[in-house]
Amino acid sequence: MRKEILEVLEKNAKIETTDLATILNMDKENIDSEISKMEKEKIICGYHTLINWEKTNKDVVTALIEVRVTPQRGQGFDKIAERIYKFDEVKAVYLMSGGFDLTVIIEGKTMKEVALFVGQKLAPLESVLSTATHFVLKKYKDHGMILEETKKDERMIVSP
Amino acid sequence: MMKNLISKRVQAIPPSGIRKFFDIASQMEDVISLGVGEPDFDTPWHIREEGIYSLEKGKTFYTSNAGLPELREEISKTTYRKYGLSYDPLSQVIVTVGGSEGIDLALRAILEPGDEVLIPEPCFVSYKPCTVLAGGTPVTIPLKEENNFKLTKEQLEEYITEKTKILFLAFPSNPTGAIMEKEELEAIAKVIIEKDIFVISDEIYAELTYGKKHTSIASIDGMKERTLIINGFSKAYAMTGWRLGYAMGPSELIKAMTIIHQYAIMCTPTASQYAAIEAIKNGDEDIEKMRTAYNQRRNLLVSRFRNMGLECFEPEGAFYLFPSIQKTNMTADEFCTELLKEQKVAVIPGTAFGDSGEGFIRCSYAYSMNDLKKALDKIEIFIKNRI
Repeated sequence: MRKEILEVLEKNAKIETTDLATILNMDKENIDSEISKMEKEKIICGYHTLINWEKTNKDVVTALIEVRVTPQRGQGFDKIAERIYKFDEVKAVYLMSGGFDLTVIIEGKTMKEVALFVGQKLAPLESVLSTATHFVLKKYKDHGMILEETKKDERMIVSP
Repeated sequence: MMKNLISKRVQAIPPSGIRKFFDIASQMEDVISLGVGEPDFDTPWHIREEGIYSLEKGKTFYTSNAGLPELREEISKTTYRKYGLSYDPLSQVIVTVGGSEGIDLALRAILEPGDEVLIPEPCFVSYKPCTVLAGGTPVTIPLKEENNFKLTKEQLEEYITEKTKILFLAFPSNPTGAIMEKEELEAIAKVIIEKDIFVISDEIYAELTYGKKHTSIASIDGMKERTLIINGFSKAYAMTGWRLGYAMGPSELIKAMTIIHQYAIMCTPTASQYAAIEAIKNGDEDIEKMRTAYNQRRNLLVSRFRNMGLECFEPEGAFYLFPSIQKTNMTADEFCTELLKEQKVAVIPGTAFGDSGEGFIRCSYAYSMNDLKKALDKIEIFIKNRI
């Protein structure tokens, strides 16, 4: 039951629970209670809207930063990750395998603002060995959605 | 124009009941249609990509008549894996231009003039005309809603004569969405074997069942040697435009079908065959995703139609709903024509699939949730004033 609910919500957080109950052929009360349970258990961590800011007046610059760090004894990478993810500018932090340790995704109003954040807040942290900043120039697809796609129904209007 | 150019045989075939709605609907603007018989999903990209790659590599020549050996091999393996049926890829499988060509080939390969072909209706539109074109005599079995549009042993027995040679079975069904389960198939198989009848089993919607897994009549004891399975890529992998299907059955019949196929068609499109190999090898997850989406839409439609006060048996396969509109006291044709004119929603009258479809309409749910909701809202308004 949880899997079905989550798979729908993942694609459409806006769906009403009455509709959810109809399409999954389940009881509305059960769905409501299951969702609130999953919220409490932090299985559902939030509800977001996927926005293409490019089409608005608001300027948003996104950067992906490769960070190499020294893990700390007894705490591994968690402590340093926490010091990084607590900044509001930081949208995502992932621990990586391979050539660097953390992927940090930052959003700011301008490239300068992002660069300053890296230079003044991120790089100076004690355990940070190095950073490499990559700015996002265009988003084609995000969270499984193709941003610019316009879909036209190419099918004949009726067919057997 | 030359006199008597068109044969009487073709002149006798009535135009499809769907044509009329196509003509009206295509003249109107902003029509919301629940009238199509094909998936709304694009062919999954990895499959399309393989088709493109085959063109880049220069795979632009004929293939062997019956289809690429690798494709037939994969079809055979998948049929065994999914339905427990084993067919020899080289002698018992033929790749055809959609399921439709397979049906035509089989009828032409089997029928002698006067042979009777049993066609349970409502059903897909091509069985009857193809039977007539092949010189056979179609005999309609009207399926009943009270039997959930399944074929019963009693009904079958009633229509069998000395001349009966073929029985069409098409489950999951277009247009009703009915399926037939193992025990139900076993019941009719007894009669089929006893009366020595051959079955053409159109299983093009086999992958699209909800809750219950598809059973092929060929898997019932004694039936494999008297069954031709028609299947294809159109519905399962959303590949209608690629025109690729296949037929599996006794080698004698496949051999005869291949003779007609090699002169009439030569072989199916090569790029489609390469794309199909990718589909059948790596497409299970795509099917699962689409099935989940169809099932959710099915739940929506059943619940909405029942709330509107229309009787509607629960379809367990394909992507159609076949609600009864008898409460409106309109014929299916009137209902659909009025609905199209008044609310600009296109659905297909059940009569397009045979006379026994009177009193029913076919609504396809191969549409996005948003389109379905819009259409349902309009149908609800339409019905409110009429029941």
